[in-house]
Amino acid sequence: MSSELPVQRPRNDIEPAEPLDNPGLPEHLPRPTDVDPAMERRAERQISAFFGLATLLTLVFCVAYFVVPKDATFLGWSALNFSLGASLGLALLAIGIGAIQWAKKLMDDHEVIEMRHPVASSEEDRAATLGMLNDGIKESGFGRRPMIRNSLLGALGVLGLPAVVLLGDLGPLPGRTQFSTVWTKGMRVVTDVSGLPIKAADLEVGELVNAEPAILFETDEEGERVLEGTEALQAKSKAAVIVVRIRPEDITAPAGRENWGVDGILCYSKICTHVGCPISLYEQQTHHVLCPCHQSTFDLSDGGSVIFGPGKRPLPQLPLSVDEEGYLIATSDFTEPVGPSFPEIEQES
Amino acid sequence: MRFLSRRRRHPLAGFVVLLLGLVVAGGLYSTLAPRSAGADTADARQVETGRQLFLVGCAGCHGKNAAGILAAKGGNYGPSLVGVGAAAVDFQVGTGRMPLANSSQQAPRKPPVYTAEETAALSAYVASLAPGPAIPDTEYTDPSDEADVTNGGEFFRTNCTACHNSVGAGGALPGGRYAPPLDDVSGKYIYEAMITGPQQMPVFADSVITPEDKRDIIAYIESVSEEPRYGGLAGGGLGPVSEGLFSWIIGIGGLVVAAIWIGAHGARVKKQT
Repeated sequence: MSSELPVQRPRNDIEPAEPLDNPGLPEHLPRPTDVDPAMERRAERQISAFFGLATLLTLVFCVAYFVVPKDATFLGWSALNFSLGASLGLALLAIGIGAIQWAKKLMDDHEVIEMRHPVASSEEDRAATLGMLNDGIKESGFGRRPMIRNSLLGALGVLGLPAVVLLGDLGPLPGRTQFSTVWTKGMRVVTDVSGLPIKAADLEVGELVNAEPAILFETDEEGERVLEGTEALQAKSKAAVIVVRIRPEDITAPAGRENWGVDGILCYSKICTHVGCPISLYEQQTHHVLCPCHQSTFDLSDGGSVIFGPGKRPLPQLPLSVDEEGYLIATSDFTEPVGPSFPEIEQES
Repeated sequence: MRFLSRRRRHPLAGFVVLLLGLVVAGGLYSTLAPRSAGADTADARQVETGRQLFLVGCAGCHGKNAAGILAAKGGNYGPSLVGVGAAAVDFQVGTGRMPLANSSQQAPRKPPVYTAEETAALSAYVASLAPGPAIPDTEYTDPSDEADVTNGGEFFRTNCTACHNSVGAGGALPGGRYAPPLDDVSGKYIYEAMITGPQQMPVFADSVITPEDKRDIIAYIESVSEEPRYGGLAGGGLGPVSEGLFSWIIGIGGLVVAAIWIGAHGARVKKQT
């Protein structure tokens, strides 16, 4: 390879002349305040006026704190917050302006050149530091007493273990809990917040219902909720659904799901299959539901298929039917896990 | 009585008696006259007025019988209005969304073209075509003190926040469409939008969200839009990330510009004295 390299040209002995002379520092010009005593006195007065203004505004802050009522408003903002912020902010600004004017107009005005120097410490400093370190090692007997040294190193090493042991709090492993929700065959679909059962005949085309499984609102014989606290929230976070009614002729049901709806009423998981945001941004004319987090878009008239965005799986659909009173019920749990995908889904299928 | 009998031959006495007779007769008629017949004819007249207005201003897209006009490519120029009800007309015309100025992604809110009376006539005409949602009762659209703002907030955050933002500031939808801000929308139009589902908005019928709950939702919207903005400029409630980014770029950028300006300025005297 090296033989193929072009032969380096001998260096030209003649140094090229500098195209321009080093201009050096620009000529020092004095400021008006340096040459005119009247201007100097004026600048002095200006600067102390700014500092005086700052004092005044700080006092305004203290007075406003006691005088302005808490519920008064100014231009739609809290009058108290506005007066406190404005007075203190302007006081700080006045101190800043005064300081800058002082530096620029009155403080001594001369150019300073600071030469660059190497970052490393001097040789003597480095030698002295190393000497102190070696002295310390010798005096402590660190090298001479291996039992003490090794037991200390062991103690420090074991200190890392608690950090590893505490990782156990990240568990326990979820097991099969991700594959099922609280929905069961025959459970009523009820409205979120109010828990009303939904009559299939009452739903209009274009309607959207944010719904939940009835068990979240059920009470036992003592009037206590069947599911409470963390348990209820965990159940809700997986089982939340949206119910929509679409004209039956607009629906193209995937194979095997033809009878999962009731007269165009379809029910899907409300949890986005990307990272699990709750979605109910539904456009009734396009039948699209959009996740506000990362813009995954699902077509509810086409089996909840992904038509845009980072979502990978279609929205899981909940098979619906009606009970003898005409209220919507689920005919089973979701047939696939709801929410974000996880590695075990792939292994399962 | 002597006061009256003494003045019975006064030149104005006849006039006074006539006036008294007219007032009594008119008052009696207005209280005793059969009311329903009059109301019916008034309704029929209003429907007829509405029909005339419709033929002039709406039939171009919605068809002479309000049944919609189908486009050759599929879809329609204007949808059928049979069964949309008075509430839909009152919302679309009352907020200026209809008549449509041009066919864009979405009909924007604009100053209404029709007067309140004309809007009522149009609503009456469309309502006469087929049953549909009626204009809501003021009991539910004008929240009083008994409205439960907390309950309304729960319903709002469950059903409305996805599009309209948690304080009703509005938000973007796909394809250039948007959910409008709600802070200066009257309770009647909010209620009507919920029961009729205008444009891309889904329907939230009274069977699913009861009129009392809708009243609470309206009370919540009014309550959050009346909150004083203690933090100064609200930035549409977009959240700490976007608002923080804005203040970093504008705020720190402004400070840098100010520092450069301070460093670049300073008077110098040309001549040495």
